[in-house]
Amino acid sequence: MIEVINLSKSFQNNKAVNNINFDIGENEIIGLLGPNGCGKTTTIAMILGLLKPTQGKILINKKDIENHRIELLHKMNFISPYIELPKKLTVKQNLIVYAKLYNVKNIDERINYLSSTLRLGKFINNLTGELSSGQKNRVSLAKSLINNPSVLLLDEPTASLDPETGNFIRSFLEDYIKQKKISILLASHNMEEVKRLCTSVMMMINGKIIDRGAPSELIKKHGRKNLEEVFLKLARTENEL
Amino acid sequence: MYGLFLRHFFLIKSSFPRILDLIYWPSIQIILWGFISKFFSAYSDYYNNTVGIMLTCAILYDFLFRSSISFNMLFLEEIWSRNFTNLFIAPMKISEIIISLVFTALIRTLIGLVPAILLTSPLFGISILNLGVPLFFLFLSLYIFGITLGLFVSSGLIRFGPSFENIAWSSLFLLAPLGCIYYPIEILPEFFQILAKGLPLVYIFDETRNILINNFVNFENILYAFYLNAIYLLVGICLFYFSFSKARKKGSLINMGE
Repeated sequence: MIEVINLSKSFQNNKAVNNINFDIGENEIIGLLGPNGCGKTTTIAMILGLLKPTQGKILINKKDIENHRIELLHKMNFISPYIELPKKLTVKQNLIVYAKLYNVKNIDERINYLSSTLRLGKFINNLTGELSSGQKNRVSLAKSLINNPSVLLLDEPTASLDPETGNFIRSFLEDYIKQKKISILLASHNMEEVKRLCTSVMMMINGKIIDRGAPSELIKKHGRKNLEEVFLKLARTENEL
Repeated sequence: MYGLFLRHFFLIKSSFPRILDLIYWPSIQIILWGFISKFFSAYSDYYNNTVGIMLTCAILYDFLFRSSISFNMLFLEEIWSRNFTNLFIAPMKISEIIISLVFTALIRTLIGLVPAILLTSPLFGISILNLGVPLFFLFLSLYIFGITLGLFVSSGLIRFGPSFENIAWSSLFLLAPLGCIYYPIEILPEFFQILAKGLPLVYIFDETRNILINNFVNFENILYAFYLNAIYLLVGICLFYFSFSKARKKGSLINMGE
């Protein structure tokens, strides 16, 4: 479970994240929607302990990430298209390395499970750098699940993927959350993806969460046809203020 | 810790050009210095028996150079492969990262240097083992200093990102003249002598020459080098922690890449 309390981050005079609050329960996928530079990645980086908040705190399973960073990272993981795995290692070698780093027991069993569910079998012994972007994305997802995390942070997990691979990843996540006790924060620009996967959505603009709720509720509340129109309305209103 | 070692072991094991690159430069360096020293010995009485001294010092300096560069390279590999963030979100303490890099750098250094050392015997009739038991302490002392320089540079990489890369390559060249690798400290101008005395290198290389020329071990030099190393290492570790903390405030651990 993730609890974010009065969280802010400033870089010199720029407030990248401005006093946000939210929590994500077990078996919940919460969407974080917003344009580039709105503070999504900064928020995720603070949850991962990569970035020190200027103010506020983050509790993972009731423990503060600032004081229990290493202990909590054992049960957390992250995927982003902007971070890659070593290209000169095979897929299997990469998964072994990360399984060791996360002290995973029964490494072979875990890799076999991820290999079969994410369909890595055909290229598991290929160099990671030689894979297509769709295959790389599945490998990154396998890496992010190698430690069977109870908190998973997804930063645009299907960005620049073809529709078939994107759909595969979304279906996989839908099934995965039904089977495992996991809290997922999904940062995305893809409104349809967020609508399909998330139980609740937070709209983030200029470092602030300006609205939140179930996708269908938000559409109804703002009297729009879809989530994208809701988002555009909120963004316009926020920028005018 | 083993995971991080494994990551670099897989990388080296699977790439013949990488292994060749590790071996190539130390070997060329040793061969070059071997011939230069041989030339001096053959054409000047003053340089009699220089081959052994020059070559031994060249090997020791290369060991220092490789250990420092190896440590930096392990960090740069993560930046180049855009894997840096993955490393820092893995549940590894800073102390575990340092220990893992220290051992991995040692293996990387030895892969490069052992063939070069083996070459010196058939080519120049020199064996570095002539230094006897003190050789172990000299190597250890150099390795600690190499790692310390690696820590300084890696701290810069964490704090300032890939733009600090050039410093990684040039750091040792800057210290080499003051290290008195091939000449005694008296050669340096007085002001530089004061600076040089603050470096463990002066005592290590002075002692190497002393053992080879006088067949006598002055443990005071070795101990003094260790004292200085302990101070620099402590500063290096503190700086690494400080840089990590600063990088967490500044955000330079996110999306660090080429």
